[in-house]
Amino acid sequence: MLNPLVKPVDPNMYRYDEFDAQFVGERVNQFAGQVARRLSGELTEDQFKPLRLMNGLYLQLHAYMLRIAVPYGTLSSKQMRKLAHIARTYDKNFGHFTTRTNLQFNWIKLVDVPKILRELADVEMHCIQTSGNCVRNVTADQFAGATDEEIEDPRPLAEIIRQWSSLHPEFVFLARKFKIAVGACEQDRAAMQWHDMAVQVVKNDQGRIGYLVMAGGGMGRTPYVAHVMNEFVEREDILAYLEAVLRVYNQDSRRDNIHKQRIKILINTIGPEEMRRRVAREFEELKRMGTLQLPREELDRITAYFAPPKFESGLSDTIPDAGPGFADWAATNVHKHKAPGYAIATITLKTPGQVPGDATAEQMEVIADLMDQFSVGEVRVTHEQNLVLPHVRKQDLPAIYAKLKELDFAAPNAGLITDIIACPGLDYCDLANARSIPIAQSIAKKFENLDRQHEIGELKIKISGCINACGHHHAGHIGILGVDKKGVEFYQLILGGSGAEDASVGEIMGPGFGEHEIADAVERVVNVYLKLRQPGERFLDAYRRIGMAPFKDAAYEKEAA
Amino acid sequence: MAHQNQGPQMLTANRLRDGDVLYRKGDGWVPMLADGDVYKDATSAESALAAAMAELTRNQVVAPYLFEVRDVNGKIKPVKEREIIRAAGPTVHPHTGKQAGQVNA
Repeated sequence: MLNPLVKPVDPNMYRYDEFDAQFVGERVNQFAGQVARRLSGELTEDQFKPLRLMNGLYLQLHAYMLRIAVPYGTLSSKQMRKLAHIARTYDKNFGHFTTRTNLQFNWIKLVDVPKILRELADVEMHCIQTSGNCVRNVTADQFAGATDEEIEDPRPLAEIIRQWSSLHPEFVFLARKFKIAVGACEQDRAAMQWHDMAVQVVKNDQGRIGYLVMAGGGMGRTPYVAHVMNEFVEREDILAYLEAVLRVYNQDSRRDNIHKQRIKILINTIGPEEMRRRVAREFEELKRMGTLQLPREELDRITAYFAPPKFESGLSDTIPDAGPGFADWAATNVHKHKAPGYAIATITLKTPGQVPGDATAEQMEVIADLMDQFSVGEVRVTHEQNLVLPHVRKQDLPAIYAKLKELDFAAPNAGLITDIIACPGLDYCDLANARSIPIAQSIAKKFENLDRQHEIGELKIKISGCINACGHHHAGHIGILGVDKKGVEFYQLILGGSGAEDASVGEIMGPGFGEHEIADAVERVVNVYLKLRQPGERFLDAYRRIGMAPFKDAAYEKEAA
Repeated sequence: MAHQNQGPQMLTANRLRDGDVLYRKGDGWVPMLADGDVYKDATSAESALAAAMAELTRNQVVAPYLFEVRDVNGKIKPVKEREIIRAAGPTVHPHTGKQAGQVNA
């Protein structure tokens, strides 16, 4: 702990029981044995590769990369301090928060991995299923349990899905990876419709709570927004329904072509109606067997872990006046909380010039102190590569802001043009064709002026270094895709995507721009928006109204007709 | 169809135990691109790759492959941005990687 006066706080989140601890411990021992067998030559690289991938270990451009699961983005201060310790001890003193709300270390040594996994297990963390053709880390709305917009906290369901899908014997070797998100609001902060499967907590006409299930969303080479599979699944049937979707996918998806193996391809090939029919048939069979009912007492048991903290009463419900810098930050980075006197505070890891999503060991430790001091020991990782303090007293916001300024994490830009998603790109990734991070940095520096950012308003830029789309470029209001042309980086512009409740697939503008041209091209596109927008119109709204042509003409510097 | 390398090439791999980037020199490996062998023709390059592939059973390195290089003012430089970054380290963290004199061992 950096501040000796800070007392660690245990947040209300899921805790390993004896079974979980044993399960993770056994998996660590199993993988330690596999590493030893690989080092001794008993396992070949071809035999070892699928095993290491199942434990989140990749071989990247410079070294091994270890991806650590942060289930539904929830971290305790104890876990954050452990991540800082691993960064300092086994890596190069920093880690990278990803669009899957995980944390990646980029300079890991294979020989250290068993030790790292044991250290993670000490704080109830692991790397299981952060890679490979299986159900990946379940993500959730980062405001879960804190916002007044939600029907209920979706994290208990996320935890149940995590438990159900962890080493599920039927779904360990799927055709491809499978990503699930959960939410409970009309406003979608978790890019739900871009997931292989998404579960939204809903109420039916009788006021009963159940789940809307979507499937078939996905980015990559062939982007699709998800289709609704079932508008209302009863609580006790949700696992049976999810199992039915996964079973149909597992049985019917293609395995002969890596580009056609995701569920989005299956659903858009056979059609959503046929998919619903096949799922319904499996669902009925699962229900008839009755083995996958979710008992109310089990849901209640898991829900109890996520009980709301004891909110103080009688607090002032006003955000204090603490100077213009603070006011700017509060305007963009502070959101309404369900409890009077409390707020949700977003820490954007995006001060212009920074690497989006990166944090040093020291920054992680200070944030852990902030979590303990001001947010009941808890933080959330967002798919936009930011952190969220979910439960802070409004009266504490100036103190939090002051500390974040010391960390250089006090940029007042949540949701603005400099709050850019960027994958690691060619700076780290073995699959990438082009760098993403330097492009994010140059665009953020270009739009650094805060008045200009506010004048532009909500504008989401998302950058990927290859077609795999880890930087969500298809879902950016302005998306950028890095491509390789004879060994040189070029960048395509994509306009009109959305990862929110108004999800849409962006449209490719045309030929790519050079590394030193792309930020200027983005500026010209933004200038068209500022010129042509109607009152109250966001960039996305303006694009949807007027279409690609004027933006394209400006980007390529053609004279308007 | 996979891109066929043309012109001079070098051979790279990762060390198994720590993932460090290595370059072929003679029958062994060195950590810095500048110290590695340059194969001036396809035959010598393919021969070096075949030797490295045959050595994989020793479990010292993984994933060997050839990449194109060129002479730039007397210095050997990779043709592709990917290999330039692999040889130096991340452009966004110049304090890390071989550009900072770091070997990941």
